This record gives sequence, structure tokens and C-alpha cells, in this order.
Amino acid sequence: MRQKQVLWAWSFLAVPILFYAVVRFYPTLEAFWISTTNWNLLTKPSFIGLANFKRLVADPVFWQVFRNTALYLLLGTPISLLLAFTIAYHLDRVRFLHGFIRALYFLPFLTTAAAMAWVWRWFYQPVPIGLFNNLLAGIGIAQQPFLRSTTQSLPAVLAPAIWAGLGFQVVIFMAGLRAIPTTYYEAARIDGVSNGTILRRITLPLLKPTIVFLVVFSSIGFLRIFDQVYNMTSQTSSDPGGPLNATKPLVLMIYQTAFSSFDMGYAAAQTVVLFLVLLVVSLLQLRLLRDR
Amino acid sequence: MLLGLMVSVGAIAGAKAQTVEIEYWQYVFDARVKAMNELIKRFEAANPNIKVKQTTFPYADYQTKIAAAMPAGQGPDVVQLFYGWLDNFVGAKFIQPLPRDAFPPAMIEKEFYPIVSAMKRDGEYYALPTAVRSLALFYNKKIFQEAGLDPNKPPKTVDELLDMAKKTTKRDGAGNMLSAGITLDFPGQDYHWWRETLLRQNGGAPYSDDNKTVTYNSEAGAKSLNWYADLQRVHKVGQVGFMDEGQAAFRAGRAAMTIDGSFRLGAFGGIKNFEWGVAELPASADGKKANFASYWVNAITTKPTGEKLEAAKKFLAFVTTPEAMQLWLETVGELPARKAAAETEKNLNHPIYGPFLKALAYSHATVFVDELAQRQVSLDMINRVLLQNQDAKAALAEAAAAEQPILDRFYKK
Repeated sequence: MRQKQVLWAWSFLAVPILFYAVVRFYPTLEAFWISTTNWNLLTKPSFIGLANFKRLVADPVFWQVFRNTALYLLLGTPISLLLAFTIAYHLDRVRFLHGFIRALYFLPFLTTAAAMAWVWRWFYQPVPIGLFNNLLAGIGIAQQPFLRSTTQSLPAVLAPAIWAGLGFQVVIFMAGLRAIPTTYYEAARIDGVSNGTILRRITLPLLKPTIVFLVVFSSIGFLRIFDQVYNMTSQTSSDPGGPLNATKPLVLMIYQTAFSSFDMGYAAAQTVVLFLVLLVVSLLQLRLLRDR
Repeated sequence: MLLGLMVSVGAIAGAKAQTVEIEYWQYVFDARVKAMNELIKRFEAANPNIKVKQTTFPYADYQTKIAAAMPAGQGPDVVQLFYGWLDNFVGAKFIQPLPRDAFPPAMIEKEFYPIVSAMKRDGEYYALPTAVRSLALFYNKKIFQEAGLDPNKPPKTVDELLDMAKKTTKRDGAGNMLSAGITLDFPGQDYHWWRETLLRQNGGAPYSDDNKTVTYNSEAGAKSLNWYADLQRVHKVGQVGFMDEGQAAFRAGRAAMTIDGSFRLGAFGGIKNFEWGVAELPASADGKKANFASYWVNAITTKPTGEKLEAAKKFLAFVTTPEAMQLWLETVGELPARKAAAETEKNLNHPIYGPFLKALAYSHATVFVDELAQRQVSLDMINRVLLQNQDAKAALAEAAAAEQPILDRFYKK
């Protein structure tokens, strides 16, 4: 009887396992193999050992891109979480037009990243068409180069990415806040505890699962940032990830290496690095934030 | 009804027995697809036993699709490719040399523009263009008039260009640019303008004759790069990123001049609020002219043999006839690749096509081994000069050091 159940369980599991093996695991392993070859898609791949990785380490663009990706992660995740929590915390108390305001925050999340990026790109233009620069010029402040600067362009690209993801995080935070039993708050109020203490002692500790989820989820998102950067810094004939690679994330470099230069082995090597970074960051966060 | 069905099935099967079907691939660009559909229609009318099936893909996927299809024994019999991809396609044995009986090299050299020599490897031609493109100066006649300039006298030399750009630049009280004298758009066509025109006018050359060595890191390189950068740095007649793109600024009537390719004619054709003119790229002070020409070519793949090969030869010959070229010019706006087809009285005197066509006689077609990577090197160079105030000589040296390995990696193979 038991054996029969096990058999049934496995036969049901076989389908997803097979699916994952073919669609997920096999290409992943294949990527490891390709990363040790020289392959331009047109000819047969030739094995070159770790030469691609050596080239990667010696490539200044890779280190610039690596630094950018780290910046997207280190700026993006805390800023977006802090903003989302602040909004959710206060929105939770708003009764008037609550649903409407929440929908407003959620709206950008539903919008196509490409369309959104193009609108923001237009905001950043110089006078006479750029919204921000027109405002600055209107109050007598010098124009800012924004996307045309090597220092301002990364934050300028990051801003809409944070803004777009905010709605999702707010909704998750609100769900987390709602899940905290009101009895805790009532008890705290009766004891005359201040709002700050309630936040620190009750709300945040009980939100931990929500926070862990959002930290991991948004970290992976920022490590894989692509659409915003690609659309804001490129057009059919432009400079994706520029100027001077100031905004280029790892995924964009992989894309360019693979589908512009057709240097598949080198692109696969970059993919392997990205995979390892994602793995390490996710494991680290889960370990640091897990319940003891 | 059953009988009718049987008869028609029989008719189709019967027709099929004599008909050769060949497949043609190109990327999606509406005007090109439309022109090709018309050409196929005419070709099939003239060759009733040959059917041509056109398949198109988005530009971004195009090369990948070919690379995936060809080794599997599928894919096109006649294929369109960018001239810069030729070495990759030849190296992968995707295309075969043009059969000498149908396309004798002597005929090609006599009848086509000399830039098609970029399609020659070891004495064999591998592909032929229907149309080519070159650069020209577009100018806004309304702005010229407002600035007190003669709207029928575009600049003839770079000095005149600078002078007119100064007169046509408009700013607000705070000094913000409202309308550019000339657009500065290196990611657009300006990097070709610098490399193939300004650099040569100063006595330099971008690459060695065998294309294997970068040679722009020179006195001429520095002179031309400084001249270009000074348009923004010193004279402030243009600004990189103004209105996002050079062509957008021109279209919006916020630039007096812009340098762009013949393929932009379609987009500029829609301009309603001002009249614009086309002029040859300004010559240097001592009258030296240079231009950049590029093209898409058609080649026969290694797939067809026997009667399919014969059909492919016929089709390729047809799409490179003067008649096909004239149709391409009128539908797509790209210039005929044969001198006789291009340089008719009507075309040469055409106010719009004329300047582009005249440029073909002194144009260079740069051989790229990795077009996008090489372009990136140029963009980084101008960005270092304009954004980080790097000295032109240092910028050129750094660019050459970055580009040479790209060439080396390719030619080593």
C-alpha cells in the first residue's frame, strides 16, 4: 500500500521534474560548458578552458559593470524598502480614499518597464523638452546633465526602477502589517507604550518574514536590472549602458556580448559570474535574516 | 464537389512538379519589405517556373536566426546581410562566392560603385548590394532665412559650416540652448562623419589598407577630433543629447543643420512646418571631400544546388538590375549601387538624391569586424573628451588601444 503511494507520488512528480531538467537545469549546465569555449554561434564551439574567465578578470569594463551592479543593489534595495515601508506604514492608517491611493502606488508596477523608461528618459532631457531641467531653469538653477553625466546617470536610471517596484513592495508590506494581530497593539496601548516603541518592539519583529522575502526578492531584481537601463540609455543607434558604461549592469553586458558581438563563450562566462553572485547574495541574506 | 477538389489538388501537384521554390530572407523594415514584395512579383511574372518565398525577422533576431537555421540545413537560398557581417558569414561557410558565369568580377568592377570591393575576398565576390547609402547635410531653410542666410546656399566647406552654425544657434537668456546650429550626435551618424570625412580631410585615415590596424591615433586624428569637440566645447553651436537625438531635433525644427544618411529621407519626408534642403558634406578648407557609404548586400547561401542554385542566381541577378535599383530608390530612398542606374540625369540633378549620389564617387566603406563593439570604442572616446575633458590625443590613444584587440581577435582566426 505505502509503496503504491510512493509510486503514484513519483509519477506525478515526474512531469515537473522532467520539465525542470529540460528547461532549467540542462541549459544551466550547458552555460557552464559554453563558458569554457570560444563560440560565435556560426562556427562550432572550440574548448579553450578558463580563458574566458581570465579575459573577464582583465577586462576593465567588467569591473566597472560589476561595480555598477553592486551599486544598483546597495542603493536600490535599502532605499526602496525604506520608502515602501514608510508608505505602507502610513497608508495603513489612512481611511480616506485608501484603495484609490494604494492603486496609484501600484499603477507603475503594472506599466511596461520599457514604456515607463522612455517617459522618464524624456523627463531627464535638457531644455527645452526635459521636465526636470525646465523646472530647474524656471527657478534659475543651472541645467543638470542627468543621463549625459558619468556620475548622475546611475542614480537617474535607478530612480524610476525604485519607483516602479514600489507599488508591489507597498502591497506586500501592507499585507504583512494587516497580518499582525490587533490584540498586540491593543495590549501595548493599554500599557501606554509610545508609537516608536510599538514600531520597534512589535511591528518590525513580526514583519520579519515579509522583510526577508522583500529583501531577497528586490535584491535579485536589482542584480538583474536591465529594461530600465537599456531603454533609458539606448535607442536604435545609441549608447546602451552609457555614457562610458556608467550605468551598465551585468545583464546588459551579457546581452551585448552575446547578441551584438556574438561572443557566446565570453557571455556565458559572464552569466556564470552573475549566477554565482545571485547565489551567494541570496544565501547570505537568507542566513542573516532567518529566524534563529 | 469532390471531383472539383481532386482536380484542383491535381493542378497544384502538377504545377509543383515544374516549379522551383527558393527562399529569401531579410530583416523587417517596412519600406524594404514592400520594395522586395514588388520585386518578387515582377520576378515571378518574368520567371513563371520560379517561386520566391520572402521571410522576414526583426532586426535584433536576424543574425541569430540565420546562425540557427543554416547548420540545420534550413534557412534561405538568397540572404540579405549587412556588409560588415561578411567575414563572419564567409568564415562560417554560410554563403558561397558569386558564380562567375552570372556575375563576372570584371562586370561588377566596371558597373558597380567601387565601394563594393569590400565584398571581395581572395579575388571572389561574395555578395552584391541593390542599394547603398551615403551621408549628407540636411539643413532647415526656414532657420537659415531667419538668421539672414541664403536658404539656397548651404555651407560648402567646414569653415562655412561653423560660421553658419554660429549664426543659427538660438539660446534663452540663461544661455540654455533652444535651437542648435548643428546637431551633435556621435551615436547617430557623426561618428562616421568624424572617421571617414573629418579625419580624412585632415590627412588621416581610420585604418590601414588591409583593415587590420587602427591608424586614427595620429596628428590628423587629434586635429579632427578637436575640431568636432570644439563645436560644443568652444563654439557652443551644438550639444550632445539636445532633444535626445540629432534627427529628432532636426525634425522638430530645433536644429539648423544635421548630418544623416539617405535612409533618413523617409522620416524627414513627413516634415510639414518647414522646408529643408540637402547638401553634400562640407569639404575641407582646401577642397578635400570624403564620405561614408554603407550597404546591405544579397548573397547566395551554400544551401541551394542544381536547379535551385540556377533560380537563386537568376533572382540575385534580377534584384541587382538597374530597374530593381530604381524601384528601390523610389520605395526605400536608398541609392542605386550601379553607376549607370544611379547617375542618370534625373537622379543626379534631383535636389534630394543628387548630393547623396555625388558623394558615392568619393565614399569609403569601412570594413567592420564587430560593428557594435567598434562603435562603442568611438562613443567612449568622444564621451571622455566631452564629459571628462580628456585631451584629444589621449582619447585617441585609449580608443586605439581598445579597438586594436577587437581587430586582432578577429584576424587571428
